[in-house]
Amino acid sequence: MLVTERKRVSDVETEETATAVFEVDDVSVYYSDFRAVTDVDLDINEHEITAFIGPSGCGKSTMLRTFNRMNDLIEGARMTGTLTYHGIDLYGPDVDPVAVRRRIGMVFQKPNPFPKSIYDNIAFGPRLTGTSENMDDIVERSLQGAGLWEEVKDRLKASALGLSGGQQQRLCIARATAVNPDVLLMDEPCSALDPIATGRIEELMLEMKESYTIVIVTHNMQQAARVSDRTAFFTAELDPNTDQRTGLLVEFDETTSIFSNPRDERTENYITGRFG
Amino acid sequence: MAAITVELREQLRTRRSADARGQVFRGLLMLALLVAFAALIAVLYTAITRAWPILSDRPLDFLTSNTSQSPEKAGVFQGIKGSVLLAGIVAAVAFPIGIGGAIYLEEYAGDTFFSRFLQVVVRNLAGVPSIVYGLLGLAVFVQSLGGLTGGRSVISGGLTLACLVLPVVIITTQEAIRAVPSELRQAGYGIGATHWEVIRSIVLPSAAPGILTGTVLSIARAVGEAAPILVVGAVSGFFQTGTLSFLEQTQSFFTALPMQIFAFTKQPTQTWGAHAAGASVAILLVVFAMNSVAIYMRARLDKKLRK
Repeated sequence: MLVTERKRVSDVETEETATAVFEVDDVSVYYSDFRAVTDVDLDINEHEITAFIGPSGCGKSTMLRTFNRMNDLIEGARMTGTLTYHGIDLYGPDVDPVAVRRRIGMVFQKPNPFPKSIYDNIAFGPRLTGTSENMDDIVERSLQGAGLWEEVKDRLKASALGLSGGQQQRLCIARATAVNPDVLLMDEPCSALDPIATGRIEELMLEMKESYTIVIVTHNMQQAARVSDRTAFFTAELDPNTDQRTGLLVEFDETTSIFSNPRDERTENYITGRFG
Repeated sequence: MAAITVELREQLRTRRSADARGQVFRGLLMLALLVAFAALIAVLYTAITRAWPILSDRPLDFLTSNTSQSPEKAGVFQGIKGSVLLAGIVAAVAFPIGIGGAIYLEEYAGDTFFSRFLQVVVRNLAGVPSIVYGLLGLAVFVQSLGGLTGGRSVISGGLTLACLVLPVVIITTQEAIRAVPSELRQAGYGIGATHWEVIRSIVLPSAAPGILTGTVLSIARAVGEAAPILVVGAVSGFFQTGTLSFLEQTQSFFTALPMQIFAFTKQPTQTWGAHAAGASVAILLVVFAMNSVAIYMRARLDKKLRK
């Protein structure tokens, strides 16, 4: 395992006590003949924020989507290698992708609330899964967790589309947490938001770490440095066999190590802004 | 410095020639709109002025009277009844089949040769002349299925018109479903909804305004069609009332507004001149009413979905 090799004596945190939620073993993702990302090995630990950083087109989002089987929806998408979730093969023959997505939620780059009321947006997931908990309680709990309750508690029946961008994204986070997932996947959640809204969501992520495992794809290196515990740096390189640019994992380590003492030259170049 | 300013000023000055071209175009486009509008006004004017003897004298009586030999008593009530029944049958048959078919084509059928072939067929069928559908109705609903439909009945007429508008319903529903942004579907799948749950709870509610507009406009079109129902046999010009029950009436001779207009035009103009025009006004009212319902429902749904 990459991480245990890098344990330094001065580290207070040791990796042995962290449980791995996902274990990615030699995974490559293809869209028909195009190899989007190749031979990835990493693991995601519980109650940590793991960031995927790297330039455009290096397979970060593709990799993220393998964790909740969203790539299944794309025709021609397939995966080689193994991806386990709490030890279970996520792509096994008896695993239902719908059930997977109820445990592993996703927040997208552009806020995408349903054209329904704020209340109905949050209630959507629980209504699908069926729940014994009181719906009003679920809605309040989710909105509290996303830091949105105070702002919208008096207008729960208003359309979600009337909220600002930052509020809509927090609504999407609340919607994702309403079904009590284990993991939250966030695909550049702040890229469509202004700095203040971004700051609020970053604060939220640090709070949510207590209850969820978070994996975030971000273009913003500083964001990764601010919020994540561990960071994976991806890049795209020309594959000599196929003459295509394929994404690959360059380095995966504790965030502090990646940013202060990267081992790979490519990582260093990206971090210092020599390319990107 | 001064020289640059002068040249700059010259460059920034409004180009009259380019602007003139724009203005001419704007004028032509407005003219096109006015011509279309004028045509509509002309139709309304002609209908209302020719129908004036009846409209001023006995409008309500005209709408509620049955067909009669004497011009003073003849009315279009049976035509209205027939058109309403036809509209009802078209709605009951074409909408579920058309909307269901469109959902299948958009959501479940893959991009295979067969599904693409089906799409081409549907789009071609939308352009087939309506009288051809009349022949289809005659052969299938009146003759082959005569036992079930009662032959030349309003049921056969309704089914024929349903076939006529089915391609249009399918196409407009498909377009409405396609217009739903993929990010909404992604959000649905991301939360762990199945394909059907995404369709039912996200796609269809979002597509509803477009689907609604398409369906109501199809009914308006069906109500106005004359050729298919002429062929299917609304030649009698009357509903057999008297001792027949409602169900039996739907299986025997029928009429509808376009039929009655046609029948009135065949009569001598001195005594029957205003009747055709009056029936035209009646059918215009029916069509306008339906279109207004469509616009109203769409506006309400749009308001609910936007903010």
